[in-house]
Amino acid sequence: MVVKSKPVVTLSMPSDRELVITVVLDAPRHLVFEATTNPEHVKHWWGPRRTSVTICEIDLRPGGAWRYVIRDNETGREDGFSGVYREITPPERMVYTEGWEGLPGHDYLVTATLEEKDGKTTLTSHLQYKSIEDRDGHVNSGMEGGMRETYDRLGELLAAIA
Amino acid sequence: MGKARTSDQLSVTFAALADPTRRAILARVAEGEATVMELAEPFKLKLPTVSKHLKVLRRAGLVTQGRQAQWRPCRLEAAPLKDVADWVERYRENWEERMGQLNDYLQELKSEEEKHGRKK
Repeated sequence: MVVKSKPVVTLSMPSDRELVITVVLDAPRHLVFEATTNPEHVKHWWGPRRTSVTICEIDLRPGGAWRYVIRDNETGREDGFSGVYREITPPERMVYTEGWEGLPGHDYLVTATLEEKDGKTTLTSHLQYKSIEDRDGHVNSGMEGGMRETYDRLGELLAAIA
Repeated sequence: MGKARTSDQLSVTFAALADPTRRAILARVAEGEATVMELAEPFKLKLPTVSKHLKVLRRAGLVTQGRQAQWRPCRLEAAPLKDVADWVERYRENWEERMGQLNDYLQELKSEEEKHGRKK
């Protein structure tokens, strides 16, 4: 039985149109690369917990397309996400576009880098948006829930943006 | 409060925060009220420069200034920052959930690999 883990995710905004998300995963790099690029694996974990992956297609080569469809287990609602790979350097780097099919034309560029240390892998996802509105919209869409008092996080936030 | 503020107001807050001097001014007033003179000193800024930055921060609702004519102490207003924090926090939690799922799945992959020996 695997204990549900909650790895610590840190987030920073180097500019108006960027977001950088960093997480340390408890697995060696080759496994993280495999789990994030092989559809047989991706369908087991991608998307929020309340959803299942119904379509998972990956053409892992520069210019190759990817497409995932997730279904909400309670409402049955389906959402598609897709993009195109630009660069693949196993097992350390991937550059690809990503967009929600419900809002065409607002895709963003993801540069994912993987670094291994002591059997753990730091996955850094650098998201480059077309506009600040796209970035704000992305964060505001489908992210309901989890609202909690964050006054005590203000110091942390100020440190992060300073 | 967090929900009521629009993305536009968030943009105003972000624009105000998108300057290192203004963030330093905010960090200073977060420690307690400060006069314009007190704000200018550590950054070796001219008073009109500080006033210019304060104007941007006031417009974003991040700072208010007292009425006493001579001192006009500046005070941090946390509400817009809380909106930014809420915004960031919701996004962070979403990623945490996804990465939690990935990390759980990786533990399964890891134990399978240990069972079968690593294939290269």
